[in-house]
Amino acid sequence: MPISFGGRYQGSSFNELLAVDHTQLVPDWRQLCDGRLDLERVPHGTTVLAFKYADGVIVAGDRLATEGHRVASRDLEKVLATDDYSLVAIAGAAGPALEMARLMRIELEHYEKIEGERLELDGKANRLSQMVRANLPAAMQGLVVVPLFAGYDLRRRQGRLWKFDVTGGRYEETEYEATGSGGLYARESLKKSYDASASREQGLRAAVQALSDAADEDRATGGIDVERGIYPVVNFCSEAGIERAGDDEMERIYREILATRRRIPARVAPR
Amino acid sequence: MTMPFYVSPEQVMQDKAEYARKGIARGKSSVTLQYDAGVLLMAENPSSLSKIGEIYDRIAFAGVGKFSEFDQLRKLGVRYADTRGYAYSRDDVRAKGLANAYSQAMGEVFTREMKPLEVEVIVAEVGDDTLAGHEHSAIYRVQFDGSISDHEGFCVIGGAAEELGSLLRAEYRDGLPLRDALLLGYRALQRAADREPNVTAENLEVCLLERHRVGRKFRRLDTDTLRGHLGT
Repeated sequence: MPISFGGRYQGSSFNELLAVDHTQLVPDWRQLCDGRLDLERVPHGTTVLAFKYADGVIVAGDRLATEGHRVASRDLEKVLATDDYSLVAIAGAAGPALEMARLMRIELEHYEKIEGERLELDGKANRLSQMVRANLPAAMQGLVVVPLFAGYDLRRRQGRLWKFDVTGGRYEETEYEATGSGGLYARESLKKSYDASASREQGLRAAVQALSDAADEDRATGGIDVERGIYPVVNFCSEAGIERAGDDEMERIYREILATRRRIPARVAPR
Repeated sequence: MTMPFYVSPEQVMQDKAEYARKGIARGKSSVTLQYDAGVLLMAENPSSLSKIGEIYDRIAFAGVGKFSEFDQLRKLGVRYADTRGYAYSRDDVRAKGLANAYSQAMGEVFTREMKPLEVEVIVAEVGDDTLAGHEHSAIYRVQFDGSISDHEGFCVIGGAAEELGSLLRAEYRDGLPLRDALLLGYRALQRAADREPNVTAENLEVCLLERHRVGRKFRRLDTDTLRGHLGT
């Protein structure tokens, strides 16, 4: 019995639904990438990171987006919940990356509603890698999207995280990972502070420390903007779901870190 | 050469309608009620195949009749809603538009196909106090031939719809608390199963659209929660 609203697609993937029945809605960045696009004028996200702690996984990111040497946005959200137990953190070209995160969220919700069951965490990561791979033609032209994906695996009762490369390569990390322009510095910082049994408080400190270190060395990474009250996003994902650190505790932790790092400058004697 | 028998269009439509009604009457009923904090959808359903489903943030679906047919409609609804929400905004996905789309599609099948759909569906939408102009809840019923109606307060679909409708008309009040609404719906479904009244918490499927929930307002009640509410 053919019942339809005009579409042909019968499966449970939202991306495929768009590709089959609503091609005009499929985001296609390729047409933007004919070589005339000035990448300096495309906002880019900078540093995001994820690491495990005692209850699950912590995913964090700074808030800055840059266009070349200019600030594009000071309060961009680069860590986005894709459902109640998973998050994606994006670095790279902000437009395609945010669209990918939004599509990922709809993809998971769509599957859950059609099938009546959630995808397993592995299935979600796999889906995201396919989406990154689909963006490869745009990545070849410079519109690179490299997300981190993390979540709480309700079957295995543990936090897990993955990184991706532009070809859609998917690598599960056992401890921590950071990406984006300041990713290297954040990773170096996490290497020293990482502790699989860290409490929520210790985890939050490690995240703020890593983001501060990245902001310190990488000019494109936004630090903590006490003046404007803009703080990095730090999310905890555990069996209880996703919880975001409040601005108050962020400021408290930040001030504590500052206090430990402050030095009295050595005076050079006047000649 | 054989001549086909002439059958008047009226007769064809009547036969189809009768066929569809008989099919629906064999199945169980489903009740949708507004309560003080949202919309409640209930169905007698001993199997694990759902008759009620989430469509979108504020919209739920209930179907009766032939499972394979209303489940197809449910999936169409999810595809419609997600596509619309992606193309426009989440607040642009409304029950009325979906009910109309169902009406078109079901009417089309009724006129064109040999066999009509043996289903009735409900599209329910809960109001949101934070969206000016969208505060009111709505319940739409779409029948096998595509006829569509909107209902204030409550709506019953399925085999015993007439009888349950009269029970609810007599006992339904605006602004019932959840527990009272659940008990009312439970009594109605119990009455529908009159010949063998064994409706228990285990074979009820109950879902809510909760007005005050943020984002996706759909929630499925598990048997234990339900038992607590019904006191059984």
